[in-house]
Amino acid sequence: MRTILEYLGTDHRACDDLFASAEEAAGHEDWNRGREMFGKFQAAMARHLAMEEDVLFPAFEERTGMRAGPTQVMRMEHAQMRELIDAMAQAVDAGDAERFLGLSETLNVLMQQHNLKEENMLYPMSDRTLGEERERVLDAMDACQAPGAA
Amino acid sequence: MSQGAGLSFEQAPPFSVPLRFLLTAPLFLAAAGGLVAFHPEALASRWTAPALALTHALTLGFLAMVMLGALMQMLPVVAGATLPAPRALAAITHVGLTLGTLALLAGFLFADALAWLAALGLLATALGVFLVASAAALMRAVASDTVRGIRLAWVGLAATAGLGVALAASRAGWTTLPDVAAAIDAHALVGLLGWVLLLVIAVAYQVVPMFQLTPPYPPRLARWLAAVLAAALLLRAGAILLPPGGVALIDGVLAAGVLVFALATLRLQAQRRRRLADVTLDYWRIAMASLVAAVMAWGAARAWPAWAGHDAYPLLLGVLFLGGFAVSVVNGMLYKIVPFLAWFHLQAQLQARAGSIPTMKEMISQRAMRGQFRLHVAACLLLAGALAWPPLAVPGGVAMAASALWLAANLASAVRRFRAFGGRWA
Repeated sequence: MRTILEYLGTDHRACDDLFASAEEAAGHEDWNRGREMFGKFQAAMARHLAMEEDVLFPAFEERTGMRAGPTQVMRMEHAQMRELIDAMAQAVDAGDAERFLGLSETLNVLMQQHNLKEENMLYPMSDRTLGEERERVLDAMDACQAPGAA
Repeated sequence: MSQGAGLSFEQAPPFSVPLRFLLTAPLFLAAAGGLVAFHPEALASRWTAPALALTHALTLGFLAMVMLGALMQMLPVVAGATLPAPRALAAITHVGLTLGTLALLAGFLFADALAWLAALGLLATALGVFLVASAAALMRAVASDTVRGIRLAWVGLAATAGLGVALAASRAGWTTLPDVAAAIDAHALVGLLGWVLLLVIAVAYQVVPMFQLTPPYPPRLARWLAAVLAAALLLRAGAILLPPGGVALIDGVLAAGVLVFALATLRLQAQRRRRLADVTLDYWRIAMASLVAAVMAWGAARAWPAWAGHDAYPLLLGVLFLGGFAVSVVNGMLYKIVPFLAWFHLQAQLQARAGSIPTMKEMISQRAMRGQFRLHVAACLLLAGALAWPPLAVPGGVAMAASALWLAANLASAVRRFRAFGGRWA
């Protein structure tokens, strides 16, 4: 049986992996690879955040009636992440490794403490409360596309 | 379990709640260095008054100060466990711990009855209030290996504080303990391994993978290590009830547990995905190497009874465990926690565009952190060397104090930047 925790937790690891590859390339000022890996990371993150904001969070809010609670905090942190990712994109375009690495260090800590809250609390809670609706939510997330993707 | 249990993660507590602890702590580390510089005999025997004052400046003034402040920040994040009335709790704990530690140092150094009374009242209040508040939060927390480890460390802190209160009362002459030597041994062992080490292990499960993107700790290790260490400590604290062979066996279990943690951590860090230079990573590696060295010093004492009976043996364990391991881990963590919180609160308060405020890496100069790290390592080497060649004690103490003041200046620079960009403190 698939779970939200396993599905989105695995996606966190996949995003982390692309993040590390992009950061490594930027550290070596290898901007060909840097652009490629950062582009993949950016797309993977956009899709991940969309899966949560467009599918999981509304289902969770509907089910629990908690609209101003944990999902609101998660959305705020998503906004902070988008800010940093946009600034990183500019650093990639400018070929500014120092700027990129300052932003990526910040994003890493923000993202990891955020993932911890989701994986320790929000996802297990979603798995418990969604019940038979869970399969439908997982299918809807599967069908999710990154905003802006063709 | 109710619907919302464990999901009370509202936004983090105000910047001032953890920061008042994190900015005070380096001053006690500097005081500890000053004690060594002015009383080099502190490194001659663990029983001298300056040695006891030194130990408590490190354990209460620096380590507990940072650990309690960091827990107030971390419990809501890793466990969904918010502490009740965070501002009042922070104020009581911080003031009590700061003044209580100062009074305790005065009690040791000047054998003053009033100082003992003040130390006892202030520390018992500060730690008691923190223990009660965090117990409530930990009971509601979502169980995980980290939360289970923190719960065991909580028991370690409670036992250490209880034994400390009894020992202080006996030192001040108010009560008589049946076996002071056994109580001191239990106080030190439970404080160092049951509180400091178990807390570091529990927190490492989360932060080692997250900062460098390493694989997670092996699940069986994460599940059992803290529990095995805690059980061994419980048996060890009741050592009087054990046959002599039993004590040796339990000490072996403790040493093996420490070694497993240190080697597993070094192995994970060797497999990290983020390979850029990072001063916190170097602090962790020095810390783990110090744990391995401490286990080797312990092993040597098992093989050579003359070394086990030498004055330098417990002091070397102290330098390696407190200076090399605990101070290093905490110092390294401060370089992640303070810049991140400064960035996080600044961004949230100003709703700033990420490009318009300093990044984490711009909060503290990278070169200054690297320089402070080198000075800290030099201080640890000098202090360990001083056990074999006493003239090194004074430069060791001076290096320790200088490194602590540099740490304080580095942390203060992040707060200055935070304020310069319009961040609000409370």
